[in-house]
Amino acid sequence: MNIGSTVKISFKALGKNKFRSFLTMLGIIIGVVSVIVMQAIGKGSSADVNARISSLGTNLITISPISARSGGVNQDAGSGVSLKKEDADVLLKEVPTIDAVSPLVRTSAQIKYGNKNWRSTISGVFPGYFTIRVLEIKDGAIFTKEDEKKLAKVCVIGKTVQDNLFGPGVDPIGKTIRVGTIPYLVIGTIVSKGTSGGGQDQDDIVLAPYSTVQNRMLGNDNVNQIFASAKTEGDVNTAVTQIGEVLRTQHKLLPGAPNNFTISTQLQIRETLNTVVDTITVLLSIVAAISLVVGGIGIMNIMLVSVTERTREIGTRMAVGATGIDVQFQLLLEAVVLSLTGGVTGILLGLLTAYIVSRFGGYSTIVAPDSIIISFVVSTLIGVFFGWYPSRKAANLNPIDALRYE
Amino acid sequence: MVTEVDKNMPEKNDLNISTNKSQPVISVKNLVKIYKVGSETLAALNDVSMDIFAGDYIAVMGTSGSGKSTFMNILGMLDVPTRGEYKFNGEEVGDKNKNERARLRRDNLGFVFQSFNLLSRTTAYDNVELPLIYGNIGSAERREKVEKALISVGLKDKMKNTPNMLSGGQQQRVAIARAIVNNPKMILADEPTGNLDTRTSMEIIQIFQDLNDKGITILMVTHEDDIAQSAKQKVIFKDGKMKSSEEVHDRLIATDQLAQMPKPEEIVEEA
Repeated sequence: MNIGSTVKISFKALGKNKFRSFLTMLGIIIGVVSVIVMQAIGKGSSADVNARISSLGTNLITISPISARSGGVNQDAGSGVSLKKEDADVLLKEVPTIDAVSPLVRTSAQIKYGNKNWRSTISGVFPGYFTIRVLEIKDGAIFTKEDEKKLAKVCVIGKTVQDNLFGPGVDPIGKTIRVGTIPYLVIGTIVSKGTSGGGQDQDDIVLAPYSTVQNRMLGNDNVNQIFASAKTEGDVNTAVTQIGEVLRTQHKLLPGAPNNFTISTQLQIRETLNTVVDTITVLLSIVAAISLVVGGIGIMNIMLVSVTERTREIGTRMAVGATGIDVQFQLLLEAVVLSLTGGVTGILLGLLTAYIVSRFGGYSTIVAPDSIIISFVVSTLIGVFFGWYPSRKAANLNPIDALRYE
Repeated sequence: MVTEVDKNMPEKNDLNISTNKSQPVISVKNLVKIYKVGSETLAALNDVSMDIFAGDYIAVMGTSGSGKSTFMNILGMLDVPTRGEYKFNGEEVGDKNKNERARLRRDNLGFVFQSFNLLSRTTAYDNVELPLIYGNIGSAERREKVEKALISVGLKDKMKNTPNMLSGGQQQRVAIARAIVNNPKMILADEPTGNLDTRTSMEIIQIFQDLNDKGITILMVTHEDDIAQSAKQKVIFKDGKMKSSEEVHDRLIATDQLAQMPKPEEIVEEA
């Protein structure tokens, strides 16, 4: 029995009961649509979370000093101060996997403009800090390496500081604010980042060149933290190791001595969040998979009805020479045609639904090619799996019993 | 009971149909078929033996429950006997499995049923094509054979009609076309005229007699005496046994009968 004719016969048989075939397919269609849409929403959310974390700088590496005290005991002389600006310079030179480094010094100060004042923190950083922390400039510009060299008294302010000192409708660019006793020219404002995961207001900042803050406002050359960004996300772990080695050498730590600094990254947070998103996606996909199985049972049910209904037809086919294999193949093919047509329709509808959800529903959706391929393969397998028993039943009919069936 | 096989009749397969009396097409010995109905057992066939030779035209008669249909179904390999020997063309059918029997049936036998058994909502053409599809025959050859078979039963213009657009006689002719499309050695007909009026019945018999003249062996179950009179041999079943087997004298020739019949307007089949 040739396949072309069998496919034709299958389509004809299904075409005789168009509405019933459609209802049967509906189970598969709904299942495939939900699989595709759930996967798309899961992937979309995951991408959203990653984008949000990237906005904090996924490549961000933070190096902090450890206090020279350990277990209440003073350590070796000279270890009291663990991080210097020179450490940052060495890191940029010797660690190939990082592309930007900035030390940070910080001090609280009363900030004044006109008759308004606001208590905040001023941080001294390299211009590279803006890239490392993914801070975007809203108006104006950031300070330059020239400003750094000249100890220029310029600063960039966050939205909270701006709101409290200037109020609405006043352009802060070009105005001079007083930080403690020192006047700073405001040259830029930063795009608001809102509150951080820890509940800290990320907009309550004043950033000025490192050298300015360090020389004009602080009495020593200790830095509070060093920030670095790895070239790519994949480089983060390597960079952490390399930074550790370079700093140990730089700090002349003996083998076996503990680090007098700690290195932390954003990866850990992101992994946790991704695990949550993945779990939700898996749960939703299981629900969708269950609806596919229910669709398959629908196919099996209708095929069983069909076999009973067409018993005489099957008998006639056997009388004119159809073997059990021919009968089974034909019915199996009908089941596969049903589930596959349902699957393909479901894929198309799923793509459409995913588009509508992202366009009008406010969710990001990403339809992965593998979810389409999986839907296609699974719907074929469902046809074979759930069509097997009914077709086997038909193939095992005794020709004379089938012919006499009323 | 052997007639000359028409030498022009194309032989489809290599099974060597013998034209001499020593090798029957069908040879059954001591066939027994027992049905169990609840705790009762019923012998539908009880020790039946028979040889059928190429070119035979046998009418099987008997009352309802005589075993005639069971006999035909076993010969047609649609049913299996409880005991007994069945040789088709010298091969023991009892040794064959279901699929092998289906293939033997496909290549050598054609069936005609009382209720036609055409696939509904399927055109005459597609119905006749069925055995060829299962026989794995290429589409060009299929088309040629289907058209030839439909033309030979006079349905050239009805190829694209579905059964509900055909009269009973036309439906039975489609069924005959389906039975002969594969060039079978033998046609098994179960009450082929049972649902048809006298004139249409005679037309069907005419086709059978033509086919038999061309060398096709025919076994026909019927309970109508005049229809049985059209065969060459008449076998009567009673209570699962073959009661008599005799040659038909004064054979009824359908062509002559039809010539004598008036052709009333109302019998003209609707187009």
